[in-house]
Amino acid sequence: MSRFVVRRVFEIMVVLAIMSLVIYALIGLMPGDPVNVMIASNPHLTPADAARLKALYGLDKPLLERYAAWAAAALHGDFGYSRLYARPTLAVLLPRLGNTALLMGASFALTLALAWPMGVLAARRPGSWLDDVANFASFATISMPSFWLALMLILVFAVQLGWLPPGGATTIGAGGVADRADHLVLPVITLTLVNFGPHLRYMRAAMIDTLNHDYIRTARAKGAGEARILTRHALRNALIPLITVVALSFGSLFSGALVTETMFAYPGMGKLIYDAVLGNDYNLALAGLLFATLMTLLANFAADLAYAAADPRIAYR
Amino acid sequence: MSALVQPRVRFGGGVLLVLTIAVLSTPFLAQALGAHADTVDLYHRLAGPSLRHPLGTDELGRDLLLRLLEGGRVSLLVGITAALAAAVLGTGIGLLAGYFGGRLDAALMRLTDGIIALPLLPLLVVLAAADLHKLGVPAALRDSDAMSLYRIIALVTLVGWTTVARLVRGTTLSLRRQDFVRAAEALGASHRRIMLVHILPNLATPIIVATSLAVGEIILLESVLSFLGLGVAPPLASWGNMLTGAEETIALAPMLAVYPGLLIFLTVMACNLLGDGLQQALDPRQRR
Repeated sequence: MSRFVVRRVFEIMVVLAIMSLVIYALIGLMPGDPVNVMIASNPHLTPADAARLKALYGLDKPLLERYAAWAAAALHGDFGYSRLYARPTLAVLLPRLGNTALLMGASFALTLALAWPMGVLAARRPGSWLDDVANFASFATISMPSFWLALMLILVFAVQLGWLPPGGATTIGAGGVADRADHLVLPVITLTLVNFGPHLRYMRAAMIDTLNHDYIRTARAKGAGEARILTRHALRNALIPLITVVALSFGSLFSGALVTETMFAYPGMGKLIYDAVLGNDYNLALAGLLFATLMTLLANFAADLAYAAADPRIAYR
Repeated sequence: MSALVQPRVRFGGGVLLVLTIAVLSTPFLAQALGAHADTVDLYHRLAGPSLRHPLGTDELGRDLLLRLLEGGRVSLLVGITAALAAAVLGTGIGLLAGYFGGRLDAALMRLTDGIIALPLLPLLVVLAAADLHKLGVPAALRDSDAMSLYRIIALVTLVGWTTVARLVRGTTLSLRRQDFVRAAEALGASHRRIMLVHILPNLATPIIVATSLAVGEIILLESVLSFLGLGVAPPLASWGNMLTGAEETIALAPMLAVYPGLLIFLTVMACNLLGDGLQQALDPRQRR
């Protein structure tokens, strides 16, 4: 087990290193470069000044050399300055990380709390009216454009009814837990609905599969109650394949968070990355994307460990 | 044609057929209405429904119905083209992985799982914002109106092939052990011939199913990127970028924001139902 952990941690670091190079190269493809941005904001700069600045910042060096310099600094915890916010990148990024974790965590818990019981109930009697409702709900939410759902929620609950704030994370001048919660309601609903369908479908499929096994028939023959069969015998086994699904869904959860945060002007990582890309903030976009990737890789790792814990037949070496 | 018995296939296919016909008949409708999807009329901005404008006008006074149909043409075109390209790419990768197995399989599946697990939208946002000048795209192509179309198709193809690849790999793995493949091997057929002549035709079902699901997925992705200003660029209409304009006037003209989204929803739903129904109809092993 410990050898497995060491190997996986090593793997994560390798993947992260590769991804950082890929993302670094991609960021380099964004329009203009930092010196162009300075020229645009200061008309007194001459071409000679620009060349001098480029040499000063090392922008005249080849890509790999620049990447090596950036990586060396990043390994020491220095991700440079954010152009948009005029503060160190990490100081901008870290508070946003908490906001996104709150949004994603709340939505994820709600997603599973809705999708899993519904999936179990639908699997009990495939073809029943309950199954039809569950199928329709999963198809409808999978097909829903997330940004449009957000727009409609804002239109109805913020613009027309005025019940909830249309965006942001807090009311300026106000504060407190209730205010934060008010601002979370619509984003959490949006993110939950767009992620709800796949989890429902996977749970339904896994339960149908499990309920066909011999040990379920044995449990029935021994006179176990329906609730006991569903929870103790079937659900525990159905959960095992779902761990992988949960881990792989983390990336799309983050993609959904980008849209949701942008729509509701919620100060999280997703909106930060979007703003950084559109605002030519290279350092911030780079660090934001890397943190998002790291979070995904760690979630997958956690799922691997949970997998081993849930199924004694699996032993990692 | 037993697939047509499936209600999901009938509904999904029917909706897509009606949409395609409607979208293709836009020029005739435009002639009848005496306007064009790009005709700006600043004196009649955000107008309500009338005989001349059956669904009213948008923030620049353009006819909403014609814009919606034009946007549908672009969205469907991007969805279908990119889904087909992704299907070709995914089939190639899945076939190679499933047929040769071993290290190649491990590496390709690692790549597939990696792409599925990554936060794709943030990465696509960076890719979509890339400067084509730095990529060395010729100026004539770069400045053409359709450039944003080519770019979005290329982008979503790049990330859209994974579902097809996994399905094709799985089926190839099981086909590989079947007697007719072994017989072909014993007769001395080359790898290429076995893959293309013996295995590929048997992959039709998973490929068709995955492609129709991919069309929906890609239309969703295209719409969100276009909405964020990184996909199909105006003056070209797409359902996604129509919503960008509608967001700003949402308090004045809410219906402008309702129609394009409803059409995206309906189209994607139709693709998903079609794919799911086809799977149930064509693949009896999956029937429950």
